[in-house]
Amino acid sequence: MDREIKYSQALNEAVDLSMAKDPSVYIMGLGVPDPKGIFGTTSGLQQKYGVNRVMDMPCAENGMTGVAIGSALVGMRPIMTHQRTDFALLALEQLVNQAANWHYMFGGKMNVPLVVRMIVGRGWGQGPQHSQSIQSWFAHIPGLKVVMPTTPYDAKGLLISSIEDNNPVIFIEHRWLYNISGTVPEEYYQVPLGKARIAKEGKDVTIASVSYMTLEAMRAAEMLATKGISAEIIDIRSLKPLDSETIVKSVKKTGRLVVADTGWLSGGISAEIIAKVTEQAFSQLKCPPGRIALPDGPTPTSQELSKYYYPRAIHIASSILKMLGHSPENIKETETNIPFDVPDTTFKGPF
Amino acid sequence: MNINFEVLKELYYRALRIRLIEEKIADLYSDQEMRCPVHLSIGQEAIAVGVCSALMVQDYVLGNHRSHAHYLAKGGNLKAMLAEIYGKKTGCSGGKGGSMHLVDLSVGFLGSAPIVSSTIPIAVGTAFGTSLKGDNQVTVSFFGDAATEEGVFYESLNFASLKKLPVIFVCENNLYSVYSPLSVRQPEGRNIVDIVRGIGIESLEGDGNDALQVYEMAEQAVKKARNGNGPVFLKFDTYRWREHCGPNYDNDLGYRTQAEFQEWKKRDPVNLLDVRLLENNILGRLEMDIMAETINSEIDEAVIFAKQSPFPEESMLLEDIYAS
Repeated sequence: MDREIKYSQALNEAVDLSMAKDPSVYIMGLGVPDPKGIFGTTSGLQQKYGVNRVMDMPCAENGMTGVAIGSALVGMRPIMTHQRTDFALLALEQLVNQAANWHYMFGGKMNVPLVVRMIVGRGWGQGPQHSQSIQSWFAHIPGLKVVMPTTPYDAKGLLISSIEDNNPVIFIEHRWLYNISGTVPEEYYQVPLGKARIAKEGKDVTIASVSYMTLEAMRAAEMLATKGISAEIIDIRSLKPLDSETIVKSVKKTGRLVVADTGWLSGGISAEIIAKVTEQAFSQLKCPPGRIALPDGPTPTSQELSKYYYPRAIHIASSILKMLGHSPENIKETETNIPFDVPDTTFKGPF
Repeated sequence: MNINFEVLKELYYRALRIRLIEEKIADLYSDQEMRCPVHLSIGQEAIAVGVCSALMVQDYVLGNHRSHAHYLAKGGNLKAMLAEIYGKKTGCSGGKGGSMHLVDLSVGFLGSAPIVSSTIPIAVGTAFGTSLKGDNQVTVSFFGDAATEEGVFYESLNFASLKKLPVIFVCENNLYSVYSPLSVRQPEGRNIVDIVRGIGIESLEGDGNDALQVYEMAEQAVKKARNGNGPVFLKFDTYRWREHCGPNYDNDLGYRTQAEFQEWKKRDPVNLLDVRLLENNILGRLEMDIMAETINSEIDEAVIFAKQSPFPEESMLLEDIYAS
C-alpha cells in the first residue's frame, strides 16, 4: 500500500525490511541506537533486531570500516552510517585501498557487499567540516558505486538495492531531504542502481541534477515555465555507474544542458557529465553546457555568507535564460519567509 | 622438555620448504620475468610456520606485503603463488594482485595487502563476522613492528578487546621498517606488548626464530580465542636477511651492520630446527637431504608451471571490477 512518508522514514524502512529479510544484514555507526537514531533513520531497529545487528561503535571510522569489510568477506552484509560525510574521510584508506580493490585484486574471488551511508549537511552554520559534498571523489574510484537519492521513494528503493548489491556502495544522503515527504509503498522493492530518473519531461533544456539540487531544479523549471521555457529534469540518482545514456538521450532532444550539483565546481561530477555529453552528442548541442555548483571555496559558517555560497533555483533559471538569449533580469525569485540557511520553517537546528 | 617429534618434523618441513621456495624466487628474480615487487621472508619463516601450524584449515589468515611465508604456511597453493608473481592468468589472483596480493580461499588465506596495518581491521572484521554467525573459526592477523605505529592498529585492537573477538594478532618484529630502525620510530625501552596489555588484550612475546616456541605460544592463543575468551597479541622478534624489497642482501647500504646480520644468522630459524631434529635423532641428515630434494622438485615443477602458463588476455583487463 502506498502512503506519504518522509525521506528519513523511507530510509528506516529500507533497513528494517532488509534486516527482516536477510539475517546477514547488520547496521553500525556512531549513534545508530541512540535516542536520536541518526535523524530517525535507525530509530526502533535495535529493539527489533537486537544489539548485535544494530550497534553503536567506537569512535574509529577507519578501523570500523575495516571491520565491516572483514565481516563482509565472511558472509555478512554490513551497513555503516556516518552522521556526516566529513567523518567518513577518516575511513578513506579502507574504502579506497581495500573495499574498492578487494574484488579485483584477488581476481574476483571475494566480494565486499558493504553500504556506507553518509550525510551531506547544509545550513544552520554547518561550516567547513559538516557540509562537504565530495561525491565526485568516490565516483572517481573504480570498484565503488555511488548513489544519491532525492525522493523518499528512491531513498527506500535505492537503499534496498544497495544492501542487496555485492559491492561497496557509497550511499550519500542530504540533510535537507530528510523532511520531505513522498509516496512510498509499504513493501520491499528495489530501485536499480545505475539508472537516472526523468523527474520532469520538457523540450527546451535538460537539467541534470544531483540529490537536493533536483528540488531546486524543479523550482527553477516552474520559474522558467512562466516564460514559456520547458525544462526536462534528470535526477541522476546514481553517480557510479552513471546513466549517461538517459542524459545524452535527453540532450539530443533538448539541445541544451545544465548540470546542478551539490558539490564544488572544479573537478566535480558536473564536469564528468558534461564531458560524456559532449563526447556523445556534441553536434546536437545548441550552446555550451552550463554548470551550477558550489564556488571553489570551503563552506562558510555565517548564515549571511551561506546565502551567497549555495546556488538556488534562481541561479539555475537565470543561467538557462541566458543560454536561450533572454535577459536573466526577466525572472525574479519568489519572496518567502524561509531563511536561506534552513530547508523549511520546521527546521530549528542544531544540525 | 617434552618435544613432540611429529610437530617438530612438520615445522621443519614447512620452514625448509618456504626457505627453498623463497631462495628460488631470489635466484630467478634477476631474470626480470617476475615483474612485481617481492618482499622475501627469508630469516623470518619460524613465525609463519609456528603460528599457522597451530591453526585448522578453516581458520582465517590475513597478511601484509611480506606474506609468501604466511600464505605457504597456511597451505596456500605453490603453483598459484608463483604464477601470480609471474603475472599469469593461472595465478591465485589471476595476475591482478602479484606478490603483495595473495589469496587461497580453500585454506582460509583470505588475502594480503601492503598498506601497513591495513589488513588488521579486516582481520578483526572476519573474527567479528564469524562470531556474529556463531562459527568457531579463529582469525590470525600478521603484521610487522611498524604496523603498531599506525592509528588503525589501535582502533582495531580496541574493538577486538571490546567484543572479545577470536583473533590472534601476530607482530613480527624484524627491527626495521624498510631502512628505518625501531630507534627512530619508537621510544627506547617501551615495549609494544605493554601498550597492548593496556588495551585489555593478553599480550606475550617470544623468540621469533624458534618455531617450536612460536607454535606452542600460538597453540595456547588459538585455544583461548576459539573458546570465546578473547584475542591474544603475540610479538616475536626476528630478522629479515635480505633487502626490504627485492632478492638481494643489502648490508652494504650501511643502515644496519654486517655484525648484526651475522649475529641473527647464527640463529637461523631453519637451522635451529635442523639441529634439534638431529640432536634428538628424529631425522637423520640423509632423510633431511631427501626431504630437500623432494621439495626442490616440487618447486621446479611449480616454476615450470608458472613460466609456461598464459598471461591474462586483454579482455580480462576490466573484468572483476564489480561483483555481479
